[in-house]
Amino acid sequence: MTIAAVAKTILGPLSDIPFGEGRTYAVGDDMIAIFRLRDGSLRAVSAVCPHKGGPLADGQIDNSVVVCPLHLFAWDLSTGCSQSGQPSIDVYPVRVDDGQIVLGE
Amino acid sequence: MAVPTSQKGPSAVTQKLVVIGNGMAGARTVEEILARNGDFAVTMFGDEPYGNYNRIMLSNLLAGVETEEGIFLNDLAWYRDNGITLNAGVKIERIDAAAKTVHDSNGVATPYDKLIIATGSYSWTPPMKNVHNPKRGYHQGVFAFRTLDDTRGMIRYARDHERAVVIGGGLLGLEAARGLQNHVSHVTLLHAMGHLMERQLDPKAGQMLQASVEGKLGIKVITNAMTTEILGKDRVTGVKLADGTVIECDVVVIAAGIRPNTEMVANSGLPVERGIVVDDQMRVEGQSDIYSVGECAQHRGSLYGLVAPLWDQAKVLADHITGTTDVAYTGSKLHTKLKVAGIDVASMGLIAPEHDEDEVIVYNEPKKGVYKQLIIREDVLVGATLVGDNSKAASLIQHFDRGTPLPEERSELIFDIGGPAGEQSPEEMPDDTQVCNCNGVSKGAICGVVAGGCGTVSGVMDKTRAGKGCGTCKPLVQRIVEWANGGAAEEDPAASWYVPGVPMPKPELMAAIRKYELKSVSSVFAKLVPGQKEDAKSKMGLASLLKMMWADEYVDERDARFINDRVHANIQRDGTFSVVPQMKGGVTTPAQLRKIAEVAEKYDVPMVKLTGGQRIDLLGVPKEQLPAMWADLDMPSGYAYAKSFRTVKTCVGSDFCRFGVGDSTALGIAIEERFQGLEGPGKMKLAVTGCPRNCAEAYVKDLGVVAIDGGRWEIYVGGAAGAHIRKGDLLATVDSAEEVIRLTGRFLQYYRENANWLERTYSFVPRIGIDRIREIVIDDADGIAAALDAAVEEAVQAYKDPWKERAEPATPGQFRTSLPLTVLPQVPVRS
Ligand SMILES: Cc1cc2nc3c(=O)[nH]c(=O)nc-3n(C[C@H](O)[C@H](O)[C@H](O)COP(=O)(O)OP(=O)(O)OC[C@H]3O[C@@H](n4cnc5c(N)ncnc54)[C@H](O)[C@@H]3O)c2cc1C
Ligand code: HEM
Ligand code: SF4
Ligand code: SF4
Repeated sequence: MTIAAVAKTILGPLSDIPFGEGRTYAVGDDMIAIFRLRDGSLRAVSAVCPHKGGPLADGQIDNSVVVCPLHLFAWDLSTGCSQSGQPSIDVYPVRVDDGQIVLGE
Repeated sequence: MAVPTSQKGPSAVTQKLVVIGNGMAGARTVEEILARNGDFAVTMFGDEPYGNYNRIMLSNLLAGVETEEGIFLNDLAWYRDNGITLNAGVKIERIDAAAKTVHDSNGVATPYDKLIIATGSYSWTPPMKNVHNPKRGYHQGVFAFRTLDDTRGMIRYARDHERAVVIGGGLLGLEAARGLQNHVSHVTLLHAMGHLMERQLDPKAGQMLQASVEGKLGIKVITNAMTTEILGKDRVTGVKLADGTVIECDVVVIAAGIRPNTEMVANSGLPVERGIVVDDQMRVEGQSDIYSVGECAQHRGSLYGLVAPLWDQAKVLADHITGTTDVAYTGSKLHTKLKVAGIDVASMGLIAPEHDEDEVIVYNEPKKGVYKQLIIREDVLVGATLVGDNSKAASLIQHFDRGTPLPEERSELIFDIGGPAGEQSPEEMPDDTQVCNCNGVSKGAICGVVAGGCGTVSGVMDKTRAGKGCGTCKPLVQRIVEWANGGAAEEDPAASWYVPGVPMPKPELMAAIRKYELKSVSSVFAKLVPGQKEDAKSKMGLASLLKMMWADEYVDERDARFINDRVHANIQRDGTFSVVPQMKGGVTTPAQLRKIAEVAEKYDVPMVKLTGGQRIDLLGVPKEQLPAMWADLDMPSGYAYAKSFRTVKTCVGSDFCRFGVGDSTALGIAIEERFQGLEGPGKMKLAVTGCPRNCAEAYVKDLGVVAIDGGRWEIYVGGAAGAHIRKGDLLATVDSAEEVIRLTGRFLQYYRENANWLERTYSFVPRIGIDRIREIVIDDADGIAAALDAAVEEAVQAYKDPWKERAEPATPGQFRTSLPLTVLPQVPVRS
């Protein structure tokens, strides 16, 4: 797993992301997909699928994985590891603070 | 040589396990025990001075297609890594069962708590004069074919010589003869019996094999040839047969059969008949701490000489010794499927009928060297012999092993008739053969995953993505997994589930959903999944099912939808989407075309394309532009993205076509009007064609309607012309367009309620059977026709054009881009 370093950034209100879905944010040069799990917690991973460049934020999730919408490969949202032999994706620290999505430590 | 190791540091309770015999059965049994986390300090003794190698591959080594390194199964590092003490090149000379010790050739005694005897077999030498040399075992130039050392010696010697004789026309002798051709120019095979492989083949098949071995391979075969003497003073110069014939040669290989290695065991006072007598738990009779496994073991009177039964024995032994005591080995049904010396041969069960009532089916084509014989008793396959063509061997072995019902048409058992192209057997495929053409997965990759411990078909599909594209290759993936597993894939309970994340087949799942009134996907996970675990890959299937069951009452959680259904468009490879407006029956107007053209220009649509479903596709549209485009188009969605009713293709029909006998366009439009957007377990593509010339390809649709003379319509169901091609089955011939529409609704609803997730009609219809479907849909034998009609009517009434959902996004950011197709608004970076 690669936990990528990223400066602390406020991305916007939590209400931007519906339960169980993801949205993409551009942070500096990085494209980051933030997911709001049905258990309420957030996950942040690189937005681009390493397989063929699919938009991960358009993928379906559960409380552990995201499934890329293009070819249905799955990655663990907490570790970034592929469940099907693909390269890993980066994961980033993310949390909610006062109704805002906060990326970075 | 001993490789002492004790990384694990046996604890006081760790039992001492000693294994005599470091061959295929012994080492495999230890592997099985390790896999069960058996807590043993393992010591192995092997007469041969090596780790465990694949004895089967000695044939390939001799034939020069495999190297010595390539045939090792367990190298010395394996023993070290697993904390096993290996005494290679050390023979056990006596077992003291009372004192629980074994005594080896170095005079060392080793104590054991549990003992496994896996001494295998030795090559049997028929009585012949001059075969032995008192000083060096065999006469110079005479070899057995059993061990790596035998094979090395044979290769070294044969290299410098020209003529070889192989004694024994069984499997092993044929392999030896074939292999020797790699080293010498003349090979003669002598067989004491009337035909080759007489244990597995009937005389006809044996003769067919002989003809191929002689004609195609150039090996000379002499049957009824009893060898009585080895000629030559200090080295072999020939052999002499009982009838006085002398065959000159300088290499002799004896492959006349094997005998179990039991002498030492018998001398130690343990029960030995033909082999070491074991019970169903593989324990030596009367001994609670001594097991025996492999070719040396005699179970229920049978000895086995092939590896498949040994694997089964090893599993039972390992289960039992690690504490699972309610296991039993009940014997193996033997079948052989191989290339004997390059010629396909398969054999299972009986080689000749035993009763007058036994049904015997024979096919014989001498010119091609093809022979097939089946023996059937009470509709169960009890024997089969194939020579020259193994294309049906895999399915015959399945029938033989499982006793499954046989097709009425017996010829289907021996030929591929009209079905898909002949099945290629996994065995014969090179490793780099691409199995899944969608996801580029090779046979080797599949076998690698199986070797890595994944034994189920669905597990392998998950790991490799094989069969997860169009799915055509799934049966082949299954066959490869079964083959790589040495016979059968592991039982996969998930195979019957509707979706992978909820452990229930569809009927039970639907009953539970009704019972607990589960109307949202999350409530299904919460109520029906142990541990309330959500599963991303199950959401879409559940959403479809719940929507079908609850219609208006369905609680639509947007995250349960696949992206296509969230934004009502089909995602493309670059993350853009396609927009396909409805065009009922493929009929359009100048005004509609004009509007589409204007929209395409206004939004700079990169590609405008006619689809196979007779409509216009605007491709390459960014997600955020979708709602505006829909508004400008102001046409209903064509549903070209969902698992739903897609289109009704039509031909021009009687209005214009000079052949037309029915108004196919009008009927097509009416059907599409009624069932537009109807969701289901898979896509539903329909067509109506105006005469049997079938310009709209109705015979190959999920439901196709064909006008026939006299104002009547034929309805076909279960057709396909995608990766899988199937002509639909005739469901009914009816008199009116209204009747077509009614039956279409009823069939589609029956499909929606009963098909598995993603099961298209081309598998669903054959699975249920067209006769049964006709009973239900036409004859109403189950009395559910009215309910089906009512359910589909409710779904029709619930239709809403999803493209109307555009003024306000249904969820925050519904149409926000997910990838930088355009530059996103940057979030200011603060540190
Ligand atoms: C050339 C060839 C091709 C074959 N091809 C096929 C095939 O295509 N398909 C198939 O299913 N089967 C095939 N077989 C048969 C298969 O190899 C055997 O069924 C299998 O190896 C038996 O395993 P085993 O462990 O019982 O015996 P072995 O593999 O023979 O192992 C027994 C080991 O015990 C050792 N040993 C014996 N006595 C003692 C003692 N007192 N102390 C210490 N060690 C001892 C022996 O040296 C030997 O290493 C083939 C065999 C040969 C020789
Ligand atoms: C190997 C797999 C596939 C095959 C063989 C296949 C085949 C076809 C065929 C034969 C048609 C014409 C349908 C008709 O005449 O009614 C068609 C149409 C279409 N296919 Fe596929 N298809 C495949 C996979 C896909 C996939 C994966 C998608 C998108 C996810 C897709 C999207 C479409 C669309 C949008 C149309 C137009 C349908 C319409 O107009 O309603 N296809 N396909
Ligand atoms: S799923 Fe595998 S590969 Fe599809 S085309 Fe493919 S064969 Fe089909
Ligand atoms: S199917 Fe028959 S009616 Fe339709 S266009 Fe072809 S020939 Fe004409």
